[in-house]
Amino acid sequence: MKERLFDYILQLGDNSLILGHRLSEWCGHGPILEVDMALTNISLDLIGQTRNYFQYAAKIEDKGRTEDDLAFLRTDRQYRNYLLVEQPNGDFAATIARQFYFDSFHLLFLQELVKSKDEQLAAIAAKSVKEVSYHLRFSSDWLIRLGDGTEESRTKMQEGVDDLWNFTAEFFLMNDLEKEMAAAGIGVDVQALEESYYAQIQEVFEAAKIQMPDYKPGQIGGKDGMHSEHLGHLLAEMQYMQRAYPGMEW
Amino acid sequence: MSDKKNWPLYEVFIRSKNGLNHRHVGSLHATDEEMALENARDVYTRRSEGVSIWVVESRHIFASNPDEAGELFEPAQDKVYRHPTFYELPDEVKHI
Repeated sequence: MKERLFDYILQLGDNSLILGHRLSEWCGHGPILEVDMALTNISLDLIGQTRNYFQYAAKIEDKGRTEDDLAFLRTDRQYRNYLLVEQPNGDFAATIARQFYFDSFHLLFLQELVKSKDEQLAAIAAKSVKEVSYHLRFSSDWLIRLGDGTEESRTKMQEGVDDLWNFTAEFFLMNDLEKEMAAAGIGVDVQALEESYYAQIQEVFEAAKIQMPDYKPGQIGGKDGMHSEHLGHLLAEMQYMQRAYPGMEW
Repeated sequence: MSDKKNWPLYEVFIRSKNGLNHRHVGSLHATDEEMALENARDVYTRRSEGVSIWVVESRHIFASNPDEAGELFEPAQDKVYRHPTFYELPDEVKHI
C-alpha cells in the first residue's frame, strides 16, 4: 500500500512539475511584461505544489531520497505526468489552451482531493485550490479574449484548442493505480468528473466563440510512462545540472 | 479598443492592510479594467504587498500643472500654524 501511495503522489507531483517547467520557459519571452509575470507566477505556484508532493513522497518512501532526487534523477519512462502538460509552449494561444484544459481539470480534481482520507494530501490540496482557482480565471479570461478578439487571435486560439483536445482523454481514463487509490478513499475518482469537466469547458468555449472539437478525445500514455518525444528534451534541460554535476547545490 | 497597438495606461493603487489608505504603487498597460486588475495582482502583489487593489485609467486623472506650483503651493509654506506640530501625541496613536 505504501508503495502504491508513493506512486500516486509522484503522479500528482509530476503533472505540476512538468507544467511548471514548461511555463518557466516563458520567462523573459511573454507577449507583454504583465503576462510574462503572470505565467511565471503560475509556474512558481505549480513548482511549489510539486515540492509539497515530493517532500511527502520522499518521506513515505523512507529510503533517503530527497525531493530533488525525485525531480532530477528519474528518467522519462519513470515520469507519470499527462501527455498534455509536456506539450511544447507553441504560441501564446497554444499555451493558453494547454493551461485552460489543465486548470479546468486541476481545480475539479483538487476540490475532490480535499476530501482524501490521507490528511497530508488533503492539506496539500486545500492549499493548492486557491492558487489553481486563480490559474483557471487567468486562462479562461485569455481564452475568451483571444477567441472573441480579432480574426487572427480567434484563428490561433481555435488552432490551440483543436491541437490539444485529444490529450484531455487522459484525465478521465483511470489506470489501475488510480482505481485502487480512489477505492481506498485516498485518491480521486476522476471518471466521475468527466461530465462536469466537458460541460464547464463548453461554457467557456461558447463565451469565447470557439468551436468545441466534435470527436471524443482518446490519446493516453503519460500516466503509464509512455511519453511523447517532447518530455525527453524537457528533462534533458531541466536535469542537466544534476546529471553533469551530481549532488551540486547552490 | 480604438488603438490596437498601444494599450491604455492604468495607475495602480494598493492597500497594504486593512485600515490603511490605498497608495499609488505604479502603472501598467491593459486593454480594459478587468485585465488591469489581474495584471496589477500579478505584477504588484506577488510579495504579499496588498489586500486590495484599485486601478484607474491614467487619462481619468486630472493633475495639477507644475508651472502653477508657485501659486498653488507656496502660499501654504509660511502658515506653520496649520500644522498640528504644537500638540504632543500619545504613543498609542498610529498612522499620523
